[in-house]
Amino acid sequence: MSVPILQLENVSYTYEEARRPALDGVSLRIQTGDFVAVLGHNGSGKSTLAKCLNAILRPTAGRVLVDGMDTADESRLLDIRRTVGMVFQNPDNQIVASVVEDDVAFAPENLGVEPKEIRVRVDEALRRVGMYDFRLHAPHLLSGGQKQRIAIAGVLAMRPRCIVLDEPTAMLDPVGRREVLDAVRELRRSSGMTVVLITHHMEECIHADRLIVMSEGRIAMDGSPRDVFSRVEALRALGLTAPETVSLLYSLRAEGWPLPLDALRVEDCAAAIAAYLRRPQGTITDLE
Amino acid sequence: MLKDITLGQYFPGDTLIHRLDPRTKLIWLVGYITALFLAHNVWGYALMLGVLVLEAALGRIRPKTLLSGLKPLIFIVIFTAIINLFYGSGEALWEWWIFRITADGIRRAVFMALRIMLLICGSFLLTYTTSPLQLTDGLERLLEPLKKLRVPVSELAMMMSIALRFIPTLIEETDKIMSAQKARGASFDTGKLTERARALVPLLIPLFVSAFRRADELATAMECRCYHTGGQRTRMKQLVFARRDILTLLVLAGLLAAAIVLRGLGT
Repeated sequence: MSVPILQLENVSYTYEEARRPALDGVSLRIQTGDFVAVLGHNGSGKSTLAKCLNAILRPTAGRVLVDGMDTADESRLLDIRRTVGMVFQNPDNQIVASVVEDDVAFAPENLGVEPKEIRVRVDEALRRVGMYDFRLHAPHLLSGGQKQRIAIAGVLAMRPRCIVLDEPTAMLDPVGRREVLDAVRELRRSSGMTVVLITHHMEECIHADRLIVMSEGRIAMDGSPRDVFSRVEALRALGLTAPETVSLLYSLRAEGWPLPLDALRVEDCAAAIAAYLRRPQGTITDLE
Repeated sequence: MLKDITLGQYFPGDTLIHRLDPRTKLIWLVGYITALFLAHNVWGYALMLGVLVLEAALGRIRPKTLLSGLKPLIFIVIFTAIINLFYGSGEALWEWWIFRITADGIRRAVFMALRIMLLICGSFLLTYTTSPLQLTDGLERLLEPLKKLRVPVSELAMMMSIALRFIPTLIEETDKIMSAQKARGASFDTGKLTERARALVPLLIPLFVSAFRRADELATAMECRCYHTGGQRTRMKQLVFARRDILTLLVLAGLLAAAIVLRGLGT
């Protein structure tokens, strides 16, 4: 097994003046090229987890290794941050410049990259999120989804090995949400970048390779989205609901239809139900 | 109502004025203002007005845009004009109590109003045609020598560009809060002055709270993108002094010379 890009060893974090730790002994390894979704309620510690991944917060106990670098090591701070790019919830509060391409150039400028090289990186980053045609626009006149794609481009221009998105769609309308998720998926498809997507929307987790459910600062569930979402009772116990597709299958099962619970996408769900309805007659008595 | 404020707004474009080096434009503005204060008679003001109109035409900035920038400052213009109206010397055209209006006063008032308007429009032309990032870049380069005196020029430039970037965002936010307060029965433009001032409190408090939160989030986002003080930053857009910049500075020298000559012509 290769060196994990992100490795958390028994990480805890307690905010000042907080009684309960926001993160409570979390251990986690994320391999290069993985697409990991982190799901949880508000206050489950998922945003704190995100902030520990590129040294915005340093764990109060345990340690975080980014590509082998300890986030407690001040001297590697810039290397850590250029390895793990971070996109936040509110697109307005992460755009620093009044022109799209100037904003995307911000990170490489900070890193002291050669001007010609910056130009190449900016154009490439904007093309990858499909915003190249908007490079001379003013960000505040763009839609939420477009702004968030610019924020992603701004991170890509650092050429990170991993990108962490902390609820990137929470403030967007459905169209914007789709735009951002498509951009993330395209990123995965074209370059196999390591992605950590923090969210509270079940549907956004379906395409992940791995799904981690957080609750009260701990990892409550960890597995493929199929595995995790099939455990409907366990999810309910955590106050989460399964995606609508799974909920439908679950209800049908309660009515006595022997359906699988791991059909997450609408197409798969429809196929599962259709397969059951088209079953050879007479088998109904075989049901448990 | 708040959307009318165009202060610090940049209109992207690709005209001669847009392509000029921001340093040239900053020096131009200083030179233009100097020439404006040298103007003393009709010819001087005519020249300055002509230059401004030419500048706006070259930068493809519509007169309407330029005038709308004046709107929030019209009070200062009128106030200054009225004060000057009563400060003229010579024979009185109209007199009442301590107020005396003379031909000289009228001339002063008109010129002073014109001077302020040209000053504002001239400055706005700079921000309309120069992106804030370019502008701060230019300022930073021009003030570079001050770094030797330990003036944090780069940090100040960054602060300025961020302030400019957030003007439209905060204006939008103010509008939103105002609508929310109006929906609950607040009124911002009726009542006595003290009442109106008091009505602003529920507007300003949420605005400040949100501005602080924004600042906090922005600082984190900037750190995530490797912003740090003390390091050597580079720029994607390098400033190059082209031939058009040298020509512009020559024109500026000519303008200053003309302003001095016209001043000599008397009133």
